[in-house]
Amino acid sequence: MTAPWTAGEDPQVHPIARSGDLVHIRQAIRTLSQECRLSLVDQTKMITAASELARNTLIYGGGGTVSSGLVSANGKRGVAAVFEDSGPGIADVEQAMTDGWTSGGGLGLGLSGARRLVDDFQLVTAPGEGTTVTIIKWVR
Amino acid sequence: MAKRDSAADLVGLLTIEGQDLAAAWVREVSGSLGGRVGTAELDRELRELYDALVDALRQGATDVHSEQMSEIRALLTELSRNRARQGFSPTETAISVFALKRVLEPVLQDGTADQIRAYLQFNGILDGLGLFAIETYTQTRDELIAAQAEQLLELSTPVVRLWDGVIAVPLVGTLDSARTQVVMEKLLQALVDTGSEQAIIDITGVPAVDTQVAQHLLKTIVAARLMGAECTVSGISPQIAQTIVALGIEFDDIVTKASLADALKLALRRSGVDLVAHEGAQR
Repeated sequence: MTAPWTAGEDPQVHPIARSGDLVHIRQAIRTLSQECRLSLVDQTKMITAASELARNTLIYGGGGTVSSGLVSANGKRGVAAVFEDSGPGIADVEQAMTDGWTSGGGLGLGLSGARRLVDDFQLVTAPGEGTTVTIIKWVR
Repeated sequence: MAKRDSAADLVGLLTIEGQDLAAAWVREVSGSLGGRVGTAELDRELRELYDALVDALRQGATDVHSEQMSEIRALLTELSRNRARQGFSPTETAISVFALKRVLEPVLQDGTADQIRAYLQFNGILDGLGLFAIETYTQTRDELIAAQAEQLLELSTPVVRLWDGVIAVPLVGTLDSARTQVVMEKLLQALVDTGSEQAIIDITGVPAVDTQVAQHLLKTIVAARLMGAECTVSGISPQIAQTIVALGIEFDDIVTKASLADALKLALRRSGVDLVAHEGAQR
C-alpha cells in the first residue's frame, strides 16, 4: 500500500509547516471527498482523520507533506492521503496507538482515533527515520 | 570609460525621446491594466517614475539598492502598495516596470552598439526594480492578510444574551488555539458582565470536531464551570456525533444537545423559567 495512487490520477502535495496549513489540508480533503461522492458522515470522518494526522505531522514530526488524491481498487473508488515527515519517528508503535497515551499535551486519541475513522490505515516508522501514515476511505 | 559613455548615451536617448517614451509607456501599462486605473493617475505615477529613473541613471546608478535609487524605490513602493490594495495581481504590478523594456526595444532597433550595451545594463536595473515592486506588493498583501485575520478573530466570536441569565456563543469555522483563547476569554467575561449562570456553546457552524477542537471545548467548559456556570454544547450534527464516537472522545458529564433551541429550553428549565403555550393563541 506504499503507493496507492491510481495511474493517471496524480496526487496533490501540500506542505505541512504551519498550523494554518491544516485549514488548507482539510479543505483539499473535503473537495476530494465530495468529488468522490463519499457520504456526509464519511466525508467528516475522512476530514477529521486528516486533520489529526496532519497535526501529528506538524507537532511531533516537525512538519512534512501530505499527498492526497483519488484511488480505485476492485471496482471501488476512494480518497487517500499520505502523511510524511522526517522527524524522530515513533519508538513504540503499540504504545502510540493506545487510546489516551500522548507524548505531548493532547488527548492521546489522534492516532488511534484516526485509525478508527478510516477504512485503510498504514503506519510506517522507525526511530530517527521519520513517519509515514497512509489512510484511505472507500466509497460504500 | 566606454561604459560611462554608453550609459550617458542611453541617458541622452531617454531624455531626448522622454516625452514619447513616457507616453508610450503609459499606453502600454494602461492597456495591460484594462483601464482599471485612471489614465490621469497612471500618467502621473509613471512620469514621476520615469523622471526619477532618468535622474538616477544620470547620477550613474547601477544598483537598485543604491543611494541614487532611493527616490525610485519610494515611488515604486507607493505604486506597488496601491496596486496590492486595489486587488491587482503581482503580474499586473510588475508590468508597470517591465513595460518600459518593451517600449525601449523598438527605439533601439537601429541603435549604436554602445546604446545596446547600455540598454542591457539598464535591463538589469529594470529587472531589479520589477522584483522590488513584487516584493513590496507581497509585503503589502501579507500585511493586509494579517490585519484581516485579526479582524476575523474579533468578528467571529460574538457572545449573545438569549435570556436573562442565559448566554450563547455561536462558533463558526475552524477552532484553533488562538480562537479558542478569544472565545474562552469572551465567554468568561460575559458570564461576569451579565451575571449569567447558563452558557450555551453552539457548534453548528464548526465543520469538523477533531481531538484538538474537543480539547479546546472541554477546557472552555471546565473554566466556565469554575466560575459557577453550567455549559451546554449544542448543534452537534449526526456526522459530527459519529466522528466523535469513532475518535473515542468522551464528553463525560457535559450536557450536549442537537439544536440551539433544545439547549435554550434546557437552560431555561434549569434557571426555573417555565414556557407556557396559551391555548387558542394566535400564532
